[in-house]
Amino acid sequence: MAHTQTVTGKKALRSNKPTNRFIRDFKINKYLYLMMVPVMAYYLIFHYAPMYGALIAFKEYSPMKGILGSDWVGLKHFHDFFNSYYFWRILKNTLVISLYSLIFEFPAPIILALLINEIRSKSFKRVAQTITYMPYFISLVVICGIITDFTNADGVINGIFTFFGYDGQAMLQKPELFRPIYILSEIWQRIGWESIIYIAALMSIDVEQYEAARMDGASRIKQMFYITLPGILPTMSIMLILRMGNLLNVGFEKIILLYNPITYETADVISSFVYRKGLLEFGWSYSSAVGLFNSVINLVLLVTANYVSRRVNKNSLW
Amino acid sequence: MKKQSSIFDKIFDGGIYVFLIFLIVVTLYPLLYVLFASFSDAGQLVVHKGVLWKPMGFSFEAYKSVLANSGILTGYRNTMFIVVAGLAVNLVMTALGAYVLSRRNVLWNDVFMVLIIFTMFFNGGLIPLYLVVKGVGLLDSLWSTIIPFSISTFNLIIMRTAFKGVPESLEESAKIDGANHFTILFRIIIPLSMPVIAVMILYYAVDKWNGWFYASVFIKSRELYPLQLVLREILIANSTDSMSAGASAGDRQQIGETIKYATIMVATVPILCVYPFVQRFFVKGVMVGSLKG
Repeated sequence: MAHTQTVTGKKALRSNKPTNRFIRDFKINKYLYLMMVPVMAYYLIFHYAPMYGALIAFKEYSPMKGILGSDWVGLKHFHDFFNSYYFWRILKNTLVISLYSLIFEFPAPIILALLINEIRSKSFKRVAQTITYMPYFISLVVICGIITDFTNADGVINGIFTFFGYDGQAMLQKPELFRPIYILSEIWQRIGWESIIYIAALMSIDVEQYEAARMDGASRIKQMFYITLPGILPTMSIMLILRMGNLLNVGFEKIILLYNPITYETADVISSFVYRKGLLEFGWSYSSAVGLFNSVINLVLLVTANYVSRRVNKNSLW
Repeated sequence: MKKQSSIFDKIFDGGIYVFLIFLIVVTLYPLLYVLFASFSDAGQLVVHKGVLWKPMGFSFEAYKSVLANSGILTGYRNTMFIVVAGLAVNLVMTALGAYVLSRRNVLWNDVFMVLIIFTMFFNGGLIPLYLVVKGVGLLDSLWSTIIPFSISTFNLIIMRTAFKGVPESLEESAKIDGANHFTILFRIIIPLSMPVIAVMILYYAVDKWNGWFYASVFIKSRELYPLQLVLREILIANSTDSMSAGASAGDRQQIGETIKYATIMVATVPILCVYPFVQRFFVKGVMVGSLKG
């Protein structure tokens, strides 16, 4: 009885004087709130104002009239986009590149982490890690410069192919080669860096489990499958959820450095399309509509993936 | 039975080494190629096709032209400014946010967190951001690559988690001595979180050093181009130019090839010299699963 009384008593206090609580909190924490002002101002101006600015997707934006003053056109731009020849092409390209990278790029760092984990020589481990991290620190511009150079008709890769009797060709001019080049170079650049998170997860696995397994005579491969992999499963699902949320977010920076009108048919993705239409052809509203479509789909995918993962293996972002 | 498995383990081990060495070679070779090519004699390099095992001839010409090129020098200066000023803004803003959000008993922190994390998963898009940057008058200024990217939410969360790990007792005693929040942040929390701060510095610095896209969108004046934009002109635009223009320019085009590689070296080596020193802190800087905390 006494217990319920205190609970209701607390509730009464809370509901009676909510303003008091805010005032008290503000008095104690005013300097903290002061410190937070620039941070929240940054988020409001550079994250939330653009979200508000995305309203121009429903308007015919003209720089003279501003965001509020421009005329409403409703879903016209979305309608135009869904009915345009490009819609299916860029949607397909985006999904295909995303799925390829999910299939080939997602497991790569996991495999690398597992292999590095099996290495006993500390110095070799360190060298392997340092070197595989390196490409991550090279700028995209330089990487794409090197890719362009290597895939040239008389570049290194063609040099190797000619050695085996194939003819050299300008690979970046071939639509069918764009995706393999994109995915392989992506793995090359990110495999080491992305393995870090799995290596961190591996380090937290209890050593006793391995000792027990060894006592029972489990081979190293068995230990890998029955102890190591389950140990990093939570990390894997979190990474997978995050990736699902980015399924339609194929990075345009690399695409626009590598593609050209000849390879648009396989290379042009939603974000590069937004960039071209919006910033190079000044279709502000149309481009914003496409971008907004992209953001919303991503959010839906992320929430879905998170929900499924929470149901299936109890790992989730929130 | 036991013996069999140990032989199997040896093959397993061998396979791992072979694979990793292959990976190391594949990772390193492109950079070695660039290094060799940058020291090569321009005339020999242009004729050469395919794989390069050592410099073709030897010459410093390319580096001389690179260091004499005014575009690259101003690019370097602009990038240095972006890195230094950008780092200062990034660190101060991120530390402020992380400090407040790591405090307990702050009524509005949950609201702040939700507002901040939401931006990781949803954004207004490129064009609206451009309009905002234009609206606040940052267009065509180096600050346009700094202020709109003051905080990376991901880094903010990592730093917050690190700050939360600092024992409360230390702050309590400082508070009794009359320390205010700034003193606690700069004298206690930050010195005790140095590994994570080091990783943050690296993340932000790499980001600023390598960034080119937003600069290409927001900056129009050539004299404000950061190094990466200058590089893009040399590496990407030039290669298509030479394809369309044909083989009209003789010597200049030859040396152009080696200049390309020397520029890559000049722009890449500084950052490659830094990261191994911070490497041992990397593991502390990745905490994707700690969003909830």
